[in-house]
Amino acid sequence: MNALATVPSVRHTIMVDAPREHAFEVFTRGLDTWWFRDHSIGKEPLKEAVMEPRAGGRVFERGIHGAECDWGRVLVWEPPVRLVVSWGIGGDWQFDPDLTHASEYEVRFVEETPTRTRVEFEHRHFERHGEAGRAIHDGVETGWPKLLAAYANAAKVA
Amino acid sequence: MAIFERLERGPLSVGEIARELPVTRSAVSQHLKILKDVGLVASQRAANRQIYRIDADGVAGLRDYFDRFWQESLQAFKQAVEKSLKGKPR
Repeated sequence: MNALATVPSVRHTIMVDAPREHAFEVFTRGLDTWWFRDHSIGKEPLKEAVMEPRAGGRVFERGIHGAECDWGRVLVWEPPVRLVVSWGIGGDWQFDPDLTHASEYEVRFVEETPTRTRVEFEHRHFERHGEAGRAIHDGVETGWPKLLAAYANAAKVA
Repeated sequence: MAIFERLERGPLSVGEIARELPVTRSAVSQHLKILKDVGLVASQRAANRQIYRIDADGVAGLRDYFDRFWQESLQAFKQAVEKSLKGKPR
């Protein structure tokens, strides 16, 4: 990878009060139960967010009139422990099926107790989005995170 | 974030955005002002109204956008998991 590989990952960890199997189930087959309706790139309003539950499965949205729009592919399917999904939507908000142009996210489900699961999330390789990746890199260098943090805070009220 | 995503589909006025979302015009205006202040959105006057569009340089915020995006989404995921457990005790 080139110098752009320094675009930092997005990482989040959350605790979920549920058994690990259930947490994995809801993240994958239950994607539609928690996906925000406005997180959509299709031409039609989103009706359903779908993750096909297998390695190589499609991750896509289905619009209210049935049109499907891909988001990515399941790269690693290891229930109930680990999941890796490609993210083919770059800075132009269009789906690019070429995996070398896709970032990816990994989700690890760690059993804290039989009824409590730590979910570790990482979205990485933004540099693969090419030109957008380059722009991200420049932006990261010049202080975008601060501005956006201010935006995020303010936007909570709006 | 919903506003930002609307603008990704093309330039819009405040009124057009407010019509599509369950928020007031003033909330949309406030949101747009913030987006404009941080350089994600630019505006221009057309006829008698301001038209807002994504600022091309704003894609620099993609990573940070996803940071926020996933933070919110994972919270929603957590709630969905816990709620579904209560609904259907195992």
